[in-house]
Amino acid sequence: MSQPVIRANAVGLTFQTADGPVHALKDVDLTINKGDFVSFIGPSGCGKTTFLRAIAALETPTSGQLTVNGMDPDAARRARAYGYVFQAPGLYPWRTIAGNISLPLEIMGFSRADRAERVARVLDLVDLAGFGGKFPWQLSGGMQQRASIARALAFDADILLMDEPFGALDEIVRDRLNQALLELWAKTGKTIGFVTHSIPEAVYLSTRIVVMSPRPGRITRVIDSPLPASRPLDIRDTPEFIALAHEVREGLREGHSYD
Amino acid sequence: MTDMAIGGMRGGGMLRRAASGGVLPILTVLLVIVMVWYVAAVGMNAQWVRDQAARSGAVLETGEFVRQTLTLDRPVLPAPHQVAAGLWDGIAGQKITSKRSLVWHGWVTLSATLAGFGIGTLAGILLAVGIVHNRAMDQSLMPWAVASQTVPILAIAPMVIVVFASAGITGLLPKAIIAAWLSFFPVLVGMVKGLRTPEAMQMDLMRSWSASPAQRFWRLRLPSSMPYLFASLKVAIAAALVGTIVGELPAGASSGLGARLLSGSYYGQTVQIWSALFTAAALAGGLVLLIGLLERLTLRRMGLAR
Repeated sequence: MSQPVIRANAVGLTFQTADGPVHALKDVDLTINKGDFVSFIGPSGCGKTTFLRAIAALETPTSGQLTVNGMDPDAARRARAYGYVFQAPGLYPWRTIAGNISLPLEIMGFSRADRAERVARVLDLVDLAGFGGKFPWQLSGGMQQRASIARALAFDADILLMDEPFGALDEIVRDRLNQALLELWAKTGKTIGFVTHSIPEAVYLSTRIVVMSPRPGRITRVIDSPLPASRPLDIRDTPEFIALAHEVREGLREGHSYD
Repeated sequence: MTDMAIGGMRGGGMLRRAASGGVLPILTVLLVIVMVWYVAAVGMNAQWVRDQAARSGAVLETGEFVRQTLTLDRPVLPAPHQVAAGLWDGIAGQKITSKRSLVWHGWVTLSATLAGFGIGTLAGILLAVGIVHNRAMDQSLMPWAVASQTVPILAIAPMVIVVFASAGITGLLPKAIIAAWLSFFPVLVGMVKGLRTPEAMQMDLMRSWSASPAQRFWRLRLPSSMPYLFASLKVAIAAALVGTIVGELPAGASSGLGARLLSGSYYGQTVQIWSALFTAAALAGGLVLLIGLLERLTLRRMGLAR
């Protein structure tokens, strides 16, 4: 299980802006193994989203090496190595849920029969079976976000990259979706990269927590979670959980003391 | 569910509004316009009636005076009932193949309008696609498009007619070109905006699926632009009608509502002018309504109706 899928070696990324260069990432070293659930946490501007986007080849590092499945991120994208989930579901209002999930499949050239089979399977996986014929506006925000996760899963990418996927949802829905995500992760064995602002969310979900800090965006601490793989929601009241959350908070404070 | 309920209420609301007095304000406004029009007609035609009376030495009572101002053959401003009669005669009183039929002239104008609207819409969409996808076109084309609209169409129309006529082309095409000249612009502006509506996130999603530019266009940009397209089509079709009529004004045109306007003004046939004007207005209204209907159907089918 310790086969590395994402390797970052001294990755740096500098944006050239009108106010001069902005160091979004500096000297980022990280290895993510197959089946890991890695959360990135830190204040805004710490580069967590930028790093996730760099893995997805949506940004290009200006220094260092970054490989996904041993390829450069761009080649990995063409090999369908990952599915990406954004903060907003981004479903097309003119397509049904099934139509939305089948969109990437159409683009990638899957056959009609294959598409139907895959849509049914991932709808089932995110507990939306029977909602394929509905339009996005007929679903709640949480259901829409589940549909967007199904869309990212439909083409069998091994890596799921999620950029604050539940950030816009209320806490109750968020709890339920976090639980559902863990079940899904256990069922599929995907490697997940997860950006979040929330300490409890990061601690509850992850096998590893990457704490980052801004100016320049960098990793300050990588914490391996001692929590068991099976995590009911009330694990959040255990001393282990609270101790881990405390450690993350310490890490965040450490990063802030720089400025 | 909620949306459907709201939609249902909206549909029923129109009937209820009509029943509960929504029609009354509309009729009141119409009545006021007609009354102002009558008063204006009496006022503007008074001089002529007074002159006639003075010449023949007759003394007119008020009632007779008003009656005469409203029944002149060539009034400065025809009264509403005269225009109505002229319209009725032009539409229903003539064989539709007659040169005096407003239906025939209307059809001549309409066909050139639709042709010009078609050309203009196509040109507008194609230019917008170019502008959105090509940086050089983005920076170089728009100023020219704006410049094309600041030149008065009245100045360009005769040139277009003359140039085409010298090549032996008359009739529908030159008028359609003038109509297209006016109608491509709103489509261009609307579609540039519309094709750019997809958010960065949606474009990123497309990229994460390694979508080709063509796939991005057909599956994301074009469907997203539909509300903008229809809004600009409404402006464009009205502009196309104006362009066609202007194209019918230069001397030599003998058919179309523009020619009808022109010959009316040559011979002082104000009733004919006003009848042609009203026909043009009704035509424009009908066309805009038609596009609106198409818009509602399309957007509802696409689930984009608000």
